[in-house]
Amino acid sequence: MSLAIRARVAERGFEVSLEVAEGETLAILGPNGAGKSTLLDIVAGLLRPDAGRAEWAGTPLFDIGGPRPLWLPPHRRGISLLAQEPLLFPHLTALDNVAFGPRSAGHSREAARVTARGWLAEVEASDLEASRPGTLSGGQAQRVAVARALAADPRLLLLDEPLAALDAAVAPLLRRMLKRVLAGRTAILVTHEVLDALTLADRVVVLGDGAIVEQGPTREVLERPRHPFTAELAGLNLLVGTSSATGLVTPDGLAVTGAPIAPGVRAAAAIRPSAIAVHAVEPRADNVVRVRMSDLEPRGDSVRVRAGALNADVSPGRAAALDFVPGAVVYFAFPAGEVSIYPC
Amino acid sequence: MAPRWSSAIPGWVIAAAVVGAVFVLFPLAAMATRVDWPNFLSLVTSPSSVAALLLSLRTSLAATAACIVLGVPMALMLARTAFRGQRLVRALVLLPLVLPPVIGGIALLAAFGRRGLLGQTFDVLGVSIAFSTAAVVIAQTFVALPFLVLSLESSLRLTGTRYEAVASTLGATPTTVLRRITLPLIFPALLSGAVLSFARALGEFGATLTFAGSLQGVTRTLPLEIYLQRETDPDAAVALSLVLVLVAVLVVGLTLRTSAASSLVRRGTS
Amino acid sequence: MNVRLRSLSAAAVAIAVVAGASACSSATSSATPPALSGSITVFAAASLTTTFRSLAATFQRKNPDVTVQLSFAGSADLVTQITNGAPADVFASADTKNMTKLVDAKLVDGQPVNFATNVLEIAVPPDNPASIRSFADLAKPGVKTVVCAPQVPCGSATVAVERVSGVILTPVSEESAVTDVLGKVSSGEADAGLVYVTDVKAAGSTVKGIEFAESRAAVNTYPIAALRGSTNAAVATAFVDYVIGIVGQKTLAAAGFGKP
Repeated sequence: MSLAIRARVAERGFEVSLEVAEGETLAILGPNGAGKSTLLDIVAGLLRPDAGRAEWAGTPLFDIGGPRPLWLPPHRRGISLLAQEPLLFPHLTALDNVAFGPRSAGHSREAARVTARGWLAEVEASDLEASRPGTLSGGQAQRVAVARALAADPRLLLLDEPLAALDAAVAPLLRRMLKRVLAGRTAILVTHEVLDALTLADRVVVLGDGAIVEQGPTREVLERPRHPFTAELAGLNLLVGTSSATGLVTPDGLAVTGAPIAPGVRAAAAIRPSAIAVHAVEPRADNVVRVRMSDLEPRGDSVRVRAGALNADVSPGRAAALDFVPGAVVYFAFPAGEVSIYPC
Repeated sequence: MAPRWSSAIPGWVIAAAVVGAVFVLFPLAAMATRVDWPNFLSLVTSPSSVAALLLSLRTSLAATAACIVLGVPMALMLARTAFRGQRLVRALVLLPLVLPPVIGGIALLAAFGRRGLLGQTFDVLGVSIAFSTAAVVIAQTFVALPFLVLSLESSLRLTGTRYEAVASTLGATPTTVLRRITLPLIFPALLSGAVLSFARALGEFGATLTFAGSLQGVTRTLPLEIYLQRETDPDAAVALSLVLVLVAVLVVGLTLRTSAASSLVRRGTS
Repeated sequence: MNVRLRSLSAAAVAIAVVAGASACSSATSSATPPALSGSITVFAAASLTTTFRSLAATFQRKNPDVTVQLSFAGSADLVTQITNGAPADVFASADTKNMTKLVDAKLVDGQPVNFATNVLEIAVPPDNPASIRSFADLAKPGVKTVVCAPQVPCGSATVAVERVSGVILTPVSEESAVTDVLGKVSSGEADAGLVYVTDVKAAGSTVKGIEFAESRAAVNTYPIAALRGSTNAAVATAFVDYVIGIVGQKTLAAAGFGKP
């Protein structure tokens, strides 16, 4: 393990312990206020926890509450931070922004600029080198910010929702670019976006209320969520209960039919919202759940029908035909083949 | 862009604002009518007037430099750190702003005067501050410092620490962050704060009179010269007052232009 | 005891004056003023503050229907105010030069009368750190002497004393007001200052006065006059007479002023 950290911030109810392997990109998922940014700030050295210890390949970054207290300031950690906003220094050109890290490391102005040009080329922003940050678009600025963070030659790169502030049109381009530059790098990526985690991360940690609620390889966590937030993020309906011979039974008695596992263990069932059909009259299907509609929410070319813990995605035409009234009773139907049951 | 104020601001506010502007400008204009124009040049170029003007410019520049050297660190401590009694320290530091200058002079005497708390120490070192040009600079710095600190502190708070945090994660030492990030970012405020301090130093009268004395070419700055000329030569006093007003207008005008220019640059960044 | 005696005698004088006035009223009306009433404003040089306050008080006690408003400032300031139309009935100047300005501007009623003189005195801190004993001591190297600027009355007197005595001072400061000179001496910033006898007296124990013979070279004369713009010429003239009279002269002498 390259980075090992455990830290506690009493005021924010934050207590986390995790590790990041060399060359690994770890995604941190979690709702607002879960402590994602707190974690990054502690790792970067911008926030001092009440207690804790972090080390990089055996050498401590900080040790608070231990026998030999230590606190390395941010500039001595070799950890770069890329935030949601590019935060390019407004008084410097794009080139000098990127050259800032190498300059701070003691390189000559010329050497730093050579390095900076290399990184600008890497993020396909060579043509922007003379531009002032004020004249750049959001996507351009974030590309320069990526180059700046990497030019500092960090042993660990922290990314705090780097794509969240970008237009949907430019985000994919930057995501591809990040995938390229993050390959083989040690990085921690804080994100809301499951796509970011799937594209960029090897492993995810899900934070909730200042503590880790689940973690594991990205695909496994997102396809078989164990925590409601993870399911929500992954866009899945999650039912938790006990496995049975035909599938799963929830504590309130709902029996779900699906490919069964060994019965009698605590298990979860995941169903994609788009696999659920909505009917006004009780249909015949493997699984039929009688629910009360609570909400309709347009989502691009589909409409999400919310009913308690379950969501169904239907076409706008279908939604119109349902003649939505809050509190109206409808039937959610889905085939057994669409239910994924796994122990949790 | 079409002006929108006519619809947004009540008429009586506009009227009151006009009265306020006239209230400030009318006395100054009235003073200009009292100037003995045919003799203006000879009045303001008399040896004592020139000596006073040059002394004022020299001491005010020195005081401004002292304000920057002392005020930037003070503003940084007030805006970027948290320590016990910080609010109290801020209030005390800004005190010269509201104190009558004469009181400032009395306080400075008690501290740096020959019989002041530090006076004896200075005496032993062979330094005599009383009645020297240094005393003028000290008095001016004392009254002008809060202007710089105030202007910088609010700018520092406005700028926030996010750029500084990014710079430190890029490996910049605190000194590098200060030199390459913080100071350039607050430069417009530093400039306007320095100009305000300069203007305040230029107009300093009470503390200088009490603390430094009044001797041509050494401690008699332009305001003191004007005050003295009034005794015998009111025409010269009026003419010199106009010179002081012109210098002030020039200084303020320059600041407005530079800060307008830099705010244009900054607007482009957000 | 003493005080009571004095107030009794003042009352006696007042009775005598009133009696005299009533006795002669039918005879020569111009020689005796009628009972005074109304209000006047007296502009007086700052160095007269203490004496004029006490004179105004006794004058008002003598003339119960009269109110005397006092305004003190530098003589030059007062002249500027009067020429700019300030409502003054009497002007008492610390020098003849400023009074002449008003005479030349035809603002004075009749002729000004000199009512007091003042000479310079050396003021030193109570412990006299530079051991000043004479005017010549002020010119010794290392002695920090503060004087009035030549533009103000005490400063022009200083220049005159220097000229006559042949002692040339190199002051560390030329202040524009007596108060500033005294302030620098009493605070110990300066070793000595040159101000008027009356100023030293008024400063009490904060400074020590050292008389010197050369001061006779510059005797400062205080003139007083009723002003043409007065709305109450009778009271104004009466006040001027009062200052010139016995009570006025006694009060002035007590404050250190010399005879005109």
